[in-house]
This record gives sequence, C-alpha cells and structure tokens, in this order.
Amino acid sequence: MKILVGIKRVIDYNVRVQVNRDGTGVVKDGVKMSINPFDEIAVEEALRIKERGDAAEVIVVSIGPEPAQQQLRTALAMGADRAVLYQADEEVQPLAAARALLRIVQAEEPGLVLLGKQAIDDDANQVGQMLAALWDRPQATFVSALDFSDGKLVATREVDAGLEKIEVELPAVVTVDLRLNEPRFVKMPDIMKAKRKPLDIKPFAELGIELPPQLETGLHEPPPKRQGGVKLDSVEALVKALRDKGVLT
Amino acid sequence: MSEHDEGIERDVMEYDFAIVGGGPAGLACAIRLKEKLPDASICLLEKGSEIGAHSLSGCVMEPGPLDELMPGWRDNPPAICVPAGRDEFRLFTRTRSFRLPTPPQMHNAGNFIVSLGELCKQMAARAEALGVEVFPGFPGRHVLIEGDGAAVRVVGVRCGDMGVESDETPDGHPGEQFAPGVDIRAGTTLFAEGCRGSLSKEVIARFHLDHDAAPQTYGLGFKELWQLPEGRVTPGLIQHSVGWPLDNATYGGSFLYHLDQDRVYIGYVVGLDYADPRFSPFEAFQQFKHHPDMLKLLEGGEIISSGARTIVEGGWQALPRMDMPGALLIGDGAGTLNVPKIKGVHQAIRSGMLAADHLAAHGDTAGYDAAFRASPAGRELHKIRNIRPGFHHGLWAGMANGALETLLGGRSPWTLETHADWNSLRSLQDSRAHGEQAAMAANWLAERPLPPRDRLASVYFANTTHEESQPVHLRVADVSICATRCAQEFGNPCTRFCPVGVYEMIDDGSGGRKLQINASNCVHCKACDIKDPYQIIDWVTPEGGSGPNYQTM
Repeated sequence: MKILVGIKRVIDYNVRVQVNRDGTGVVKDGVKMSINPFDEIAVEEALRIKERGDAAEVIVVSIGPEPAQQQLRTALAMGADRAVLYQADEEVQPLAAARALLRIVQAEEPGLVLLGKQAIDDDANQVGQMLAALWDRPQATFVSALDFSDGKLVATREVDAGLEKIEVELPAVVTVDLRLNEPRFVKMPDIMKAKRKPLDIKPFAELGIELPPQLETGLHEPPPKRQGGVKLDSVEALVKALRDKGVLT
Repeated sequence: MSEHDEGIERDVMEYDFAIVGGGPAGLACAIRLKEKLPDASICLLEKGSEIGAHSLSGCVMEPGPLDELMPGWRDNPPAICVPAGRDEFRLFTRTRSFRLPTPPQMHNAGNFIVSLGELCKQMAARAEALGVEVFPGFPGRHVLIEGDGAAVRVVGVRCGDMGVESDETPDGHPGEQFAPGVDIRAGTTLFAEGCRGSLSKEVIARFHLDHDAAPQTYGLGFKELWQLPEGRVTPGLIQHSVGWPLDNATYGGSFLYHLDQDRVYIGYVVGLDYADPRFSPFEAFQQFKHHPDMLKLLEGGEIISSGARTIVEGGWQALPRMDMPGALLIGDGAGTLNVPKIKGVHQAIRSGMLAADHLAAHGDTAGYDAAFRASPAGRELHKIRNIRPGFHHGLWAGMANGALETLLGGRSPWTLETHADWNSLRSLQDSRAHGEQAAMAANWLAERPLPPRDRLASVYFANTTHEESQPVHLRVADVSICATRCAQEFGNPCTRFCPVGVYEMIDDGSGGRKLQINASNCVHCKACDIKDPYQIIDWVTPEGGSGPNYQTM
C-alpha cells in the first residue's frame, strides 16, 4: 500500500505572528517557516505504519511556493520515500487544494491519504473533508489513534463528547489530531540521505485546476489591546466601581 | 565524558572541517574554505532552530570584509539594510541631553545598519550553494579530544542528545523519543560560537589558551526593535549615548539606529564589571527608554522584538591563543570585537576568512594565532587596546584616556590591564556603605509606562522556547551557596543580572529560601556564566533548536 501525506508550509508555531501595517496579511519577512504541526504528525503516522509493515511507500506532497521544498526535505529526512512540490506562488484556497489533491490521488492511487486536521495559519479545517467528498471515499477526521484490522481502518476520533471509534474501508482520507503521536527528531545522517531522495517540482498549473478564489479577505486586524487594570483600596470602592459599570445593581 | 553513553550506538560522521556556530565568523570561514578547497567536506553546526535565530547584534557593520567575501551582497541585501547616515554622540542627564563631539571610531560613513540574523541567513544560503552542509538545530555539546601529552588534539565534537527527560540527576535519562547526538569527527574543528561559547570555554581551559592573556571582560547588551508612528524616523541616523541612567563609575551606554519603514533598533550595553550587586542591567535599559528624548520617540509605538546577548570586550590583551592542535577559535568565541567602534561583525568575518586562508595554505592550525595578530584585524585590535580598560576608573577618566589613545593612534608604550567580571562585585555590605546603587536609583523613574513592563514581559518578544521536560541546561555546581553565602555576601545578584529572570529565589517550603532556575526563559546570553561571583554556573547547550527565535534582530 502507498500512503500519500499532504503537508503545508506555515509560519512556525513559536513565532509571534504580527499583522502587517496595511492590514492585508501578516508579516512573513524573516519569519521562521515550518511544516504545519498536524501535517508533521501525519508524516510520523505514515512512517510508523510503513515501519510495522502495513505500507510499502510514503509519498509527501505540498502545494506552495518554491521554498516549501525545505519542508518536504524535512519530511524526507524523517523517512518519507519521495516528495512532490506543486509550485504555486499565489495563495491556494481549500477547495482548490482539495481538487488538486484529487488529481494527485488519481495519479498516485494511494491506499491511504493522511492529512493534518487543519493548518495552523488559516485554521480552515476543510481540505480533508472536501477531498473525501470529491474522491467519493470514506473519511475519518480528528483521529487520535489508528489501527488496521482485516484490511479495514479502525480510527479513534476526538469528538466533543469524548472518543468515538469508527471502522473505515480503504482507500480513505484520514485527518490527524494532536494526540495521535509525537513526531520523531530528525537525525543528522538522515538529513544527508534525504538530499539524495527524489523531490519533483512541478508547476501547479500542470494540475489544471482553474478555480477563482472562493474567499475574499477583507482586513487583518490584531486583537484589541487589553487595557491595564486598576487597583482599588477597599471593598466599598470595588462595589462602587462595579455599580458604575453596571455590573452590579 | 558524557551522559547516556552505556549501550548507546552513536552515528559517526567524518568531515575535513567542522565549524561550530552559524554566526558571521563560522559562515565566513565556511564560504572561504569551500571556495579555496572545493573538494573539502565541511559541516557547520548551529544550536538555534535556524540560522540567525540566535544572532543578536546592534548592528552597524563595516562592509569591507563582507565585500571581499561576498562581492555581490549589495545586490541582494538582507531584509534590514539601511546605509548609515548622520552620527550623533550624546551625553544624557536625567532630564536633558547634550551633543558631544563624535569619537573618530564612531564615524559610520559608508557603513550599513543591518539585521545580523538576516545577514547570516544570506551567508548561509551562499555557503549551502557552495556545498557546505549546514545543520541548524544541532548544538555542539562536547569536544572530542584524543591523545595525551604532546600528541593531544581536538578531533571533533559530539552533538547534543535529543529527547532527554529530566530527573534527579543533572544529565537526565533517555526518553521515548531519545535520539543520541552524532559524533562529528573532523580534520580541523573551528569554534565559532560567539561570546563565551560553551565549547570555546572548555578548550580554552583544557589547552590553557589564556595562559598569557589578561582576564577576559564582557558587556551585556539589550536590544529592541520598535515600530513607530509615521514621521518620527530619519532612516540611517545613528545615535550613541553615555551618562544617565548610569553613574560615572558604571561603564555602558545606549545605541539608537533609525531604520526604514518607521522602525528603530534601540538598545543598551552595560559593562559586566559593574560593582554593586544590587544593580539591574535590564532596569537600566528600561530607564533609558524613559528619558524625555526617548519617550518622545517611542511613545505610541509598538515593540516588535527584544533580545539580550553578552559582548566580549577584552580586546587585544585578553585574546586567548587562537590555535591549538586540531582546532581554532575564531570570531567572538576568541574575542575579536572592536569595543570603541562597538563593532564585531567585520572582525568576525575577517577572522573566519583568515582561518580559511591559513588552513588552505598550511593544512594545519599551527601559526594561526600569530597570523591573526599580524593581520589587519589583529592590528585594529592592538591600536585600540587601551581604550576600554581606561573606563575602569569611570566615565570621565575613560573618555580622557580614549582621546589620548586616539591621538597617539595606539602607539602608547603601555598596555592597560583588564579585569575579570566575576570578581568585580563588592559585597552587599560594602555596596551599602558605598551607596552607589541607591544613588543611581534615586535618580531613576518610579513609573515607566513603555513596554515591556518587566523581564517576563520582555522575554515574550524574544520568542524563546525550550522543551520543558529536558534537564536544566544552566548547571549550578553547588546550590547550597545560594541561600546561605551568596544571599549574605551579594544578595543573589543572579536574580538581577539575568536579562530574562531565569534565576529566582523562592520559599523552600520550610521557612528557608532556595534557588529556582526557570531554564525555559533563557535567551542564551551567557551573562550568568560570566558574572556569577563564585563561578559555579556552567552554561551548556540545551536540546537542539531551543532558545530564542529572533526575527530581524
């Protein structure tokens, strides 16, 4: 079985994100970029499935700008077998990404598609579900444990009421949650090996997705600044202040 | 040597050259080596999560050495790169400031205000394009030394282990994700760790490299990047100041560099040879920002980033021998910075290039120290060798001495002695009698509205991060001193000199006090390793990728 893992290049989770001055987006100059953490968990899971003998090949794909090959190299250093970057310099929105992944899935014919449940930049949480619908295959989302039994997938999902266990026929789309695993540290010799693994760069246009943006961003704004509190001398003063604000009657 | 050695198989990787540290010295050396010896295998280790993540400097750069190393750099400048404009040197009092004649070393025509982190990223891209293997996120943790007697030599470094869990022991134990650090074996190892590098410190001691050198001396620098309301900034304007909020006995001063897009770099440097253990360098910087001149500039603006780093100030006479069998010290790991110019980057690049030239020509480390001292970089240090030590007797004596030395062009027949920082603290009792800090603080503001409010608020702007489960990387040899001897003698100065509040004295639950180390706040400045009066704090590299993530600093 082949496993296809989708990864997205996003601003690193340690970075304090700032809105740019004209409100058209966030500051990306000189900012550290990384694999979307949920996608990294998806890569790790794919590798574990391969290592226990349930898969033969792990392919990582990304849709994004040319430097996204750095993130693909990281995935190769973790242990993926090969990588493909569909180079897109413009923003690719969720529906376009799902359609693009469908084309890739049709060409690669994987037995399992693993994706992060959402990217930490736009938090859309849509691509996995859209891909499953377009592909007309089952989906298991927000997965925190994954097993195979009799050729079926047994997925534990994190839902509001607790944990839900479902069985899914393959091929399927699985989107992973935080608790599924803890990604491995990349080892130095593996970084060297990853440099020799195949990484194809193809133009996004090659996929033939012609779709005008479905979403238009109005304005980016930082959250309002919190006003400093005041210290009051007595309970009476506190009660009075609360009354003045209409909190107490 | 090391923790977790039993039954662990380590990968070994062999290179012709291993460079520890991805700053200007290490990167310049890597680029030059690969150009001179295209077939040589070179690896460069960097403890930060990416190149530039731990690089912090003012920074006004003299472009000469970079022009020589990377002739095309001006066509593709780093993200922050503003040509130097007017220079101003000012004396601050509590409420006013006076323009002084700018010392000749501080003339900056032709120089550039740059972000050192961004510059390092450009240099790393060049090195990688040439075929240097650059490994961010991999700290050198131990020096590999073989042989003894006359045959002893450095044969490489061991990278830090990943996934170690803390427990009662200082070294912790391998966790589930444990990945042992690789042994890098190299024909020549270059320590380019910057000021007070942890492995540099180890080899200086091991090979007695400082035997003939005066004590090394340091400063602690703070820096913030601010976004200001439109119209306040004059791009290229460079201001330095001395005076308030410091007293005349304490060495230090400010820098203010005007960038483009309504941004400024503002910072403060304090000599770590200050005497009063109650002094807080962080507070001095924050006070400075509230001088009427600065408040007028900053008010209504927004702080974008902050950071702190020690600066090596000993210069010529404190320079350790830079070569040893199998290895070299380059850049500020040795101490090549020019203090009167307040510039280290051009010197670091020169020392890295010179190391590459020397190794390419001679194939051996021997003779590098002499070659460096005779080079333009060495002569530059010799010329200004007496200026920083002149400030040991206060601001005015230092300025007068500096003027004299400048007049003599460094040809004075004497060389002034430097002083170590760790033994410059007076005891609490002496300090109280002396009243220095009290006098200084009497002249400080009680209210200071500009952010960051305190050190914990400041560390937020450094984006620093450490995996909480790892062992503490600030090794204190004897914590029993903290609540007893140190509390009495010096009042626990670590709780004040640390720029990010790593050290705290807390209630031990049975009526006493104990030291708590908030290691995850650490920004890798090394002030504690330098200033601790008992020299029992040992700063070692934490898990790879830990520490600050400076952006455009």
